[in-house]
Amino acid sequence: MRRAWRWLVPLSAVPVLAVLAYGFLLDPRSIPSPLVGRPAAPFTLTAFDGSPVSLEAWRGKVVVVNFWASWCKPACYDEAPVLERAWRTYRDRGLVVVGVDMQDTPEAARAFIRQFQLSFPNAPDDGGKVAVEYGVYGVPETFFVDRAGTIRAKHVGAVTDEVIRATLEPLL
Amino acid sequence: MRRSSRCSDAGAARWRTIAALGGALVTLATLAWGQPPARPLSDETAYQIASELRCVVCQNLSVADSPSEMAAQMRAIVRERLAAGDSPEQVREYFVARYGEWILLKPRRSGFNLVVWGFPIAAVLLGLVAVGVLLRRWTRRPAGPAARLDAAMSERIRRELEREP
Repeated sequence: MRRAWRWLVPLSAVPVLAVLAYGFLLDPRSIPSPLVGRPAAPFTLTAFDGSPVSLEAWRGKVVVVNFWASWCKPACYDEAPVLERAWRTYRDRGLVVVGVDMQDTPEAARAFIRQFQLSFPNAPDDGGKVAVEYGVYGVPETFFVDRAGTIRAKHVGAVTDEVIRATLEPLL
Repeated sequence: MRRSSRCSDAGAARWRTIAALGGALVTLATLAWGQPPARPLSDETAYQIASELRCVVCQNLSVADSPSEMAAQMRAIVRERLAAGDSPEQVREYFVARYGEWILLKPRRSGFNLVVWGFPIAAVLLGLVAVGVLLRRWTRRPAGPAARLDAAMSERIRRELEREP
């Protein structure tokens, strides 16, 4: 009996250590979005060039919704050319890229758009409604919406050509 | 003996005071419970909800406490939804549906989360049981036979004491 107790105390630490070890293997920053697989929330914004931006109007197309900000360096600066390239490559196959600019000033945002000569629609999200609607917790975040209007994937961090190839191409 | 009995008298008096205070509190709480709830203040409710939501751009801050723009926007959304007639639970659900349960600073008391809530209580109970068992064991242990001093030992002690300057 005594002997058993002596072993029980150190042994009881084993499951605790196992749980801790498992926890350290996880990335605390990766938070799964509950929105993947759900219909994309409709939104209507006014782009910097004055044109209306409405998700509803693009039903039947594959839509990439990208949340960005001009102060988001370097990730947003890294991905801007990638998004522009993807839009130019796939627009004929039914792709729409839309940029939602968060917590930004119009001047800085316009300078960003000029710098990368972005030709896809970009709109400011005043009041942060669209960002919260999409559960955005940082920039950049990118949502891939299929032709039926369902969010099929969410990418946190800068989008790369590989992400476009792996995530976007199957939807087109 | 005297001393310990005085102590227990004082202890009993203290317990009576605590019991009386506790009773008064319970009475007050019951009275307050019986009152119709004060008109729900939307500002207070909004603050309450915001303080339970995680500020998404901060580290361990609530939406109510964060000075960030994102948190300000979320506070505005909370107020807006309350004004539109949503219940506090519906507002919380709105954020959970978009951000997942991660957005709640306090995990919900259901399913696997119960482990989080139950574990500290279980640990405290287990600790109390362990302390109780140990105390019983220690107090019940018969005092061992006093170390006997044989003649040789007392002689040795006497010599060592004498050697002291």
